[in-house]
Amino acid sequence: MSFTESTETITGCKVRFMRKGTGAPLLFLHGASGASRWLPFMEKLSETHEVIVPEHPGFGASDSPEWLDNISDLAFFYLDVFDHLDLEKVNLVGTSIGGWLAAEIAIRNATKLSSLTVVAPAGIRVKGVRKGDVFMWNPEETARNLFHDQAFAEAMLAAPPPSKEEMEILLRNKLTSAKLAWEPRFLNPDLHKWLHRISVPTLIVWGDDDKAMPVGYAPAWRDLIPNSRLEIIENCGHVPQIEKADRFVELVSGFIGEVTR
Amino acid sequence: MKFYFMHLMPYADLDLSYDEKHNSAWVTLPNTYYDPKKGHQLYNRYLDELEYADQLGFDGICVNEHHSNAYGLMPIPGVMAGALARRTKNVKIAILGRALPLLNNPLTIAEEFAMVDNITGGRLIAGMVRGIGAEYHSWGVNPAFSHERFQEAHDLILQAWTKPGPSVFEGKHYNFEYVNVWPRVYQDNPHPPIWIPSQGSSETIEWAAHPDRKYTYLQTFASVATVARYMKMYKDVAAGYGYEATEDQLGWSLPLYVAETDEIARREAKEHIEAFLQKFLRMPMEMLLPPGYTSVKSMVGAMSAKAGHSMKQTIDSVIEEGKFICGSPATVREKLEEYQAQIGFGHLLTLLQFGTLPAELTRKNMEIYSKEVMPYLRNVTARRVA
Repeated sequence: MSFTESTETITGCKVRFMRKGTGAPLLFLHGASGASRWLPFMEKLSETHEVIVPEHPGFGASDSPEWLDNISDLAFFYLDVFDHLDLEKVNLVGTSIGGWLAAEIAIRNATKLSSLTVVAPAGIRVKGVRKGDVFMWNPEETARNLFHDQAFAEAMLAAPPPSKEEMEILLRNKLTSAKLAWEPRFLNPDLHKWLHRISVPTLIVWGDDDKAMPVGYAPAWRDLIPNSRLEIIENCGHVPQIEKADRFVELVSGFIGEVTR
Repeated sequence: MKFYFMHLMPYADLDLSYDEKHNSAWVTLPNTYYDPKKGHQLYNRYLDELEYADQLGFDGICVNEHHSNAYGLMPIPGVMAGALARRTKNVKIAILGRALPLLNNPLTIAEEFAMVDNITGGRLIAGMVRGIGAEYHSWGVNPAFSHERFQEAHDLILQAWTKPGPSVFEGKHYNFEYVNVWPRVYQDNPHPPIWIPSQGSSETIEWAAHPDRKYTYLQTFASVATVARYMKMYKDVAAGYGYEATEDQLGWSLPLYVAETDEIARREAKEHIEAFLQKFLRMPMEMLLPPGYTSVKSMVGAMSAKAGHSMKQTIDSVIEEGKFICGSPATVREKLEEYQAQIGFGHLLTLLQFGTLPAELTRKNMEIYSKEVMPYLRNVTARRVA
């Protein structure tokens, strides 16, 4: 059975969802490149969970609402999403910008959460550890820098050029990413002050060869979130859910199983 | 028609082999390529050239703003305008951009422009731009808010110039309890002329042509066909608003080189215009068009256009497109007369120094242009108006 697609209007904003599976809800928050497609790691996670994958406002097929200016707007919007979908005991999983967003949600209100997983999240600063300038990378550099295993980059570069519609989505995703993260670069200067409020069990996942959000950020996240555990995946870049999908699924479902038992 | 001498003040001593190691003369080109001793010479040479334009009878001189690059050394154009304010007597001084969105306090611009306007007794032309894409990388300003910030900063500056202070400004990006700029602008009926330089944008034209503004639209470095298209668009938009656009609302800015003969002009200009095109303008797409700088729709257009042809610009290609006018006085007169009659612009801004063009050729270019092209075109266009 394939995943289902739906569009729901929440706080005046149309949001596209992909869903599959039964079990405890797992809400996946995508990163800068959006979530247009149902990916193998989603499929695997849906064997044990009800996997819910929204496209954030400003990304993909979802609306770009007037009110969207910053990550805080998006975090409060997702509190509305929890209410709208009547979600309880959610396992929140976010990667990159989505990981940042997940943390921003959790510091505001974690009562609907059962666990939190952040994958190479943006949002804080470790002085001297420079994030990759993703806005300066051309398509080839982007492909090469996202992965440790260059076979993934080659595959990405060998793909046919995007259609006009796909190009529009790519550009819209980039625009919203810039809105959220251009300046200060992938940073909410206040976030680090409040990460101690995250009371739910938290898993931090990082690739050891991440050129966008270097692994040097990982210990800072572990130290700032009280009930957290750090897992570093070897020979892996910025998108472990793609590059090391099996290991990623194993870590996430193992963690959720353990903390929600 | 009015004639202006525009300068970009490039770092003409740039080691042109920089592109073996770096992909642009902007943002990331190490400033160790800049030698202050040479820079000192260049700044003073360029200021001399701008002052010379006053003596040669140009109607105006133009400076502009760019950051962190070898293409133009005027990050703070008001410094240049200030130096020129006292040393020139007749010319208008056009500051063709300050880039409004780059500043967190645009009142600085209201102040700077007002000071130049006061010192010169009303010779200021106030240019307002968004800056080019690269500037958003250099200055860390979010390009996704570029349009919003431009509009708001413009409104703030206009309020500072036209509403008796102190007044309150309540914006999204800018907020002030006391807008009360001293000095007031010298040209206070209602404010100094505002020019909007643009690479070509229908949104910009819609906005500039609005009856509340009627700002001069200035098309920068573009093919004749593009210039004609956008200027027609301005006239059509004005007509749609129920008024007829005047020549004073339309300007064109382009590099030009005139010499004794077509052959000499081409030979003398070639390496310098090609340095301008291939070295000083060089930048990747990601630098030129950061997200939000243009609408997603225009970006899709730009990306497909780029996929279509990524041809290297040469002296022949830019002459062919009419992006660069080059030739004998007769050739230059003929082309400009034809374009002016066809397009109907009232302000012609010529970049008579470009790229690595040295001092003596720049002066020769200025002299021939001012003696053998300007007077002729003044007469022709005056006759046509009469």
